[in-house]
Amino acid sequence: MSEYCAYTLRVNGRDREVSDGWLGESLLWVLRERLDLPGAKNACEQGECGSCSVLVDGSLVCACLVLAASAVGRDIVTVEGIAGAIDGSDAVLSDVQEAFLTEGAVQCGFCTPGLIMAVHDLLDRVPLPTDLEVREAISGNLCRCTGYGRIMEAVWTTVRLRQVGGQAR
Amino acid sequence: MVNSGTGLSIVTDPSVVSASGRGVIGESVRRPDGTPKVQGRFAFSSDLWAEGMLWGATVRSPHPSARIRSIDLSGAWQIPGVRAVVTYDDVPGNKMFGLEHADQPVFAHDVVRFHGEPIAAVAADHPDTARRAMEAIVVDYEILTPLVDPEIAIAEGTPPIHPDGNLFRRLVIRRGDMSVSGDVVVEGTYEVGMQDQAPLGTESGLAVPDDDGGIDLWISTQWLHADQAQVAASLALPEAKVRLHLAGVGGAFGAREDCSLQIHICLLALQTGRPVKMVYSREESFFGHVHRHPARMWYRHHATRDGRIVKVEGRFVFDGGAYASTSSAVLANATCFSTGPYKVPAVDLLGLAARTNNLPCGAMRGFGAVQTCFGHEAQMDKLATTLGIDPIELRLLNAMQTGDSCITGQIVTGALPVEEVIRSCAEAPMPVLAEPVDSPMMALPGGAGRTADAAGVKRGVGFALGWKNLMFSEGFDDFSTASCHLLDGVATVKSACAEVGQGFVTLAQQIARTVLGVDDVILAPADTHIGSAGSTSASRQTWMSGGAIELACRTVRQKLLSHVGAAFGVSVDDLDIVDRRIVSRHSAKPVIDLDVADAAPGVAFSAVEEHHHAPTFRLDENGQGNAHVSFAVAAHRAVVDVDVELGLVRVVEITTSMDVGKVLNPLQLLGQVEGGTAQGIGLAVMEEILLTAGKVRNPSFTDYLIPTALDMPPVNVAQLVEVPEPGAPFGAKGAGESPTISSTPAVVAAIRNATGRELPRTPVRPHDIAL
Amino acid sequence: MTVAVPRSLDEAFAALAAEPDAHLLMGGTDLMVEVNYGHRRPTAVVSLDRVPELRGWERSADGRSVLVRSGLTYTEMEIGELAESFPALAQAARTVGGPQIRNAGTLGGNLGTASPAGDTLPVLAALDATVVLGAAGGAQRELPWDEFIVGVKRTAREPHEIILGARLPVRRGPQEFLKVGTRNAMVIAVASVALVVDLDAATVAVGLGSVGPAPLRAREAERWIAERLAFDPLGISSDGDPETLAEEFGRMVAGASRPIDDHRSSAVYRRHAVSVCARRALLRALSPQVVGT
Repeated sequence: MSEYCAYTLRVNGRDREVSDGWLGESLLWVLRERLDLPGAKNACEQGECGSCSVLVDGSLVCACLVLAASAVGRDIVTVEGIAGAIDGSDAVLSDVQEAFLTEGAVQCGFCTPGLIMAVHDLLDRVPLPTDLEVREAISGNLCRCTGYGRIMEAVWTTVRLRQVGGQAR
Repeated sequence: MVNSGTGLSIVTDPSVVSASGRGVIGESVRRPDGTPKVQGRFAFSSDLWAEGMLWGATVRSPHPSARIRSIDLSGAWQIPGVRAVVTYDDVPGNKMFGLEHADQPVFAHDVVRFHGEPIAAVAADHPDTARRAMEAIVVDYEILTPLVDPEIAIAEGTPPIHPDGNLFRRLVIRRGDMSVSGDVVVEGTYEVGMQDQAPLGTESGLAVPDDDGGIDLWISTQWLHADQAQVAASLALPEAKVRLHLAGVGGAFGAREDCSLQIHICLLALQTGRPVKMVYSREESFFGHVHRHPARMWYRHHATRDGRIVKVEGRFVFDGGAYASTSSAVLANATCFSTGPYKVPAVDLLGLAARTNNLPCGAMRGFGAVQTCFGHEAQMDKLATTLGIDPIELRLLNAMQTGDSCITGQIVTGALPVEEVIRSCAEAPMPVLAEPVDSPMMALPGGAGRTADAAGVKRGVGFALGWKNLMFSEGFDDFSTASCHLLDGVATVKSACAEVGQGFVTLAQQIARTVLGVDDVILAPADTHIGSAGSTSASRQTWMSGGAIELACRTVRQKLLSHVGAAFGVSVDDLDIVDRRIVSRHSAKPVIDLDVADAAPGVAFSAVEEHHHAPTFRLDENGQGNAHVSFAVAAHRAVVDVDVELGLVRVVEITTSMDVGKVLNPLQLLGQVEGGTAQGIGLAVMEEILLTAGKVRNPSFTDYLIPTALDMPPVNVAQLVEVPEPGAPFGAKGAGESPTISSTPAVVAAIRNATGRELPRTPVRPHDIAL
Repeated sequence: MTVAVPRSLDEAFAALAAEPDAHLLMGGTDLMVEVNYGHRRPTAVVSLDRVPELRGWERSADGRSVLVRSGLTYTEMEIGELAESFPALAQAARTVGGPQIRNAGTLGGNLGTASPAGDTLPVLAALDATVVLGAAGGAQRELPWDEFIVGVKRTAREPHEIILGARLPVRRGPQEFLKVGTRNAMVIAVASVALVVDLDAATVAVGLGSVGPAPLRAREAERWIAERLAFDPLGISSDGDPETLAEEFGRMVAGASRPIDDHRSSAVYRRHAVSVCARRALLRALSPQVVGT
């Protein structure tokens, strides 16, 4: 621990100071341990599970594989900010989060934040995906509890409700 | 008796999420912890933080077998920011721990017995500092040849690698006329590889020392009180000074029944006087918990010409790895359930659990029944082929039912709807499936890799049936404790039951609402301030802790009704709670109709109750005795597409029926069925920890593969068979494990059907099919 | 440790000059794994993901080649005109990790890491791609792929150089990429085969992955099959029985592989898989109308 530094990250629409950080820290670590945003989870730290999925400049990535200091100036959205990021309001839950609850897609919940991010990312790009498109889109998010059945249902519920409601939340 | 519960149709109608709007038993009530979980605000054990917190890390042996000549810690102490370094010598109390037998050192000191065994632990101001400290610790090893073959380990003349010897257990089950021989005899040897539970949350916890020399430990575990007892013994503290609190658990599946970092971080916290947090990396997690036992199983089935089983012979060798963990109980389960839920008049079975220098093995979902189910179901198919009988008919012909005797001589007195489970699963209409030639490449075996030649893809169908006990066995009184407190219509229930994702928290609220007629049920935190709830394992918490909560709530209900009865001059026997109201029964006078919330303003009612299951007994020298509490049955029918040339498999459909007693929460039950099935599919086609000479070769999610959404087919629930189980709360059986047991053999049977290969080993690897 | 985030190529070379031992970071999907696990503690990092000159791709003036710049992500390779020009590259990109990895990982990273299992590398090999390396002051050199990758995770890049991209010759004709793994997605290749037909030059090229220390070509098999195929503007055809031809072709391609036993598979299976995949790739190229998506 020889080198410390300070920099600013833009997370969920706010500038957040990172002080005393070691430059080798991943974005995942900095979010969780320095910015009090533990929603992105640490299940493998090698990009093989998707639990730490966040949006960086609108692109879904694994926060564990982003060098935090290199994300200066990027627009970072985490699960803590997703409800507000979708419609700009102070919504407590996004439609995807709501559907995960309704359809029983949550068990232990460790993979859940990453999947919420992945499903938002998919449905914002592809409003009417096929079964295989959904499965491919979430194939980078491992879940050990559910066997994905209820997660697929949550996706379909969201798709249905967006069609009826005509808008995303 | 049998309801045709079609799980899928029940739960996909959003209007049925809570039919009564109250969230009582039988409804798909939402999880109380769901909202924070989808928001990322739920506090898992790895999310905890405390002022002045240090980070712990564990030094592990790179060798599976070695003598430790010396450990030099000086390098670690020279690194700024390092606050503590502990080894075996620093353990003040019991230097050994273990769930059933304390045979594992807290840290290895004289010899190392498995790859990754802890040698020392450090605490530092940053995880990278801790990592540097680990690297600076010099351990001088004399490398020994590891003992990795369980057969050799227990052979005569093999030197023991532990003072307790190399045999964890030898279990004989003999029954009936063992001289009998069948018209037809089929024989086979089967193998199951080492599976990892791979919960998404790795081992983690936070230990906080207090001023009086005690400690608080926030931990993700399956069994708070077993951890507490082991930590207290090793710290030489009274249990009252070691207070455990359940932190958010990121899945468990057996991996958290034994201690991993619990003792280590408490030691570090006591040494430094500061809070210490430790989070295993994924790699470390593979070394840090026990696994599913690899097994080698020999079977010989004897049957009459018309297909009745007359005798089963078997020899089952389970590799327990370096330390005991629950090996003896796993072996007992494996052997007791080794012939399946079939009537078998004579058995001659030998189960052996050996100590080796491989990774320690213990609990994983299915607990021994998984391995032998793979064997007995392969045998049933082989027998059917030899006899020329339909494999489903053969199973029906031999199916047990209530009143039949197990191979241990125990008469099944509870529900055992084997025939209904077989029929409903096997006869379920096959869903419409696209033919391989009509499927996009992504849906074929090999998926994204675009390897499949659709015309060469063979489709196969397989069926398997499995069973298992619920609760602990062989005389273990794994009771559960719960409390209930009622004031002005608000109930608070408390239990030390570990919520690991299965949804006990939902169920606890449903039970309290149902019994007490309240809407608001507060769940007090799970910790050791109340008596033990036992382990979240063995499909037992719905029955045991659900039962404890029901008992506590019933006692409170009785107190409330007595109070109301006294106030109105009515006998308590004439009062009832219907929905939210206290009402007088039939002709009782005066007529009472009160809202539960208003019935006794300002008066509190409390109760603490223990729930014990019916007593069980040790098996005798012939493996006979009433060792088990209850049994559950499940079946799977799998459809696979196989790229025969490359040996790649795609499971395209899986149908299941399950004996559940009663459905308490359809949505949560479906989650257990689908999730358990997925773990069974993983064991069938991809999941295995690979060891070479005791060294783990794939400790990462890059190389230990678990199913993705592209590997997991939709699960078609043909039927949830509801035959109420006597003695179980609301008649419900535990449902956590049965979906995992028969899914593996069903998938492998389907691959055999598609390929004509014998495939005596799971997981089935591409070269097993292709070469 | 220092982290530089240059906003132009000139800034990037300046940062590299200031820290000659710096590790170049593109998508992070390889380096950060090593950092997270403490296997590597770089003293300096130059992050290249915001250098505009390293983004995107560009067709040469004569249309005969495309410069794919090193910052192009796998996701970007999967779509649009680039995917139409180089379907095998798009297919290979789609097999890399999960979507999150494909959004971050880049061609430059795949080249720089030079793993034997790098998924785009067999395609680059089959395309006879060259790797463009730049240095301060606009200096550039261009190496054939097999002079750039010199061993397991070893390249010819000098410490002062930055991988600018890869130049891919445009080939008219069918292309195929097949990757064998024991999971349907997000899996490291056990073996992979890229096949590129050049109708104009009347050649077939085969690149192999995960069966040698670096990507391999099956040159003998390539020559053998080219002599037995008819190349016309619409595609390839064979005089004899395509199955028989493809069978022998697969056997010969497998002969070019140099697989090893490891925890992911065995040499025997890998060789077998190469043979099957090469055969199937050729049959698909011979009948492109039945190729699925």
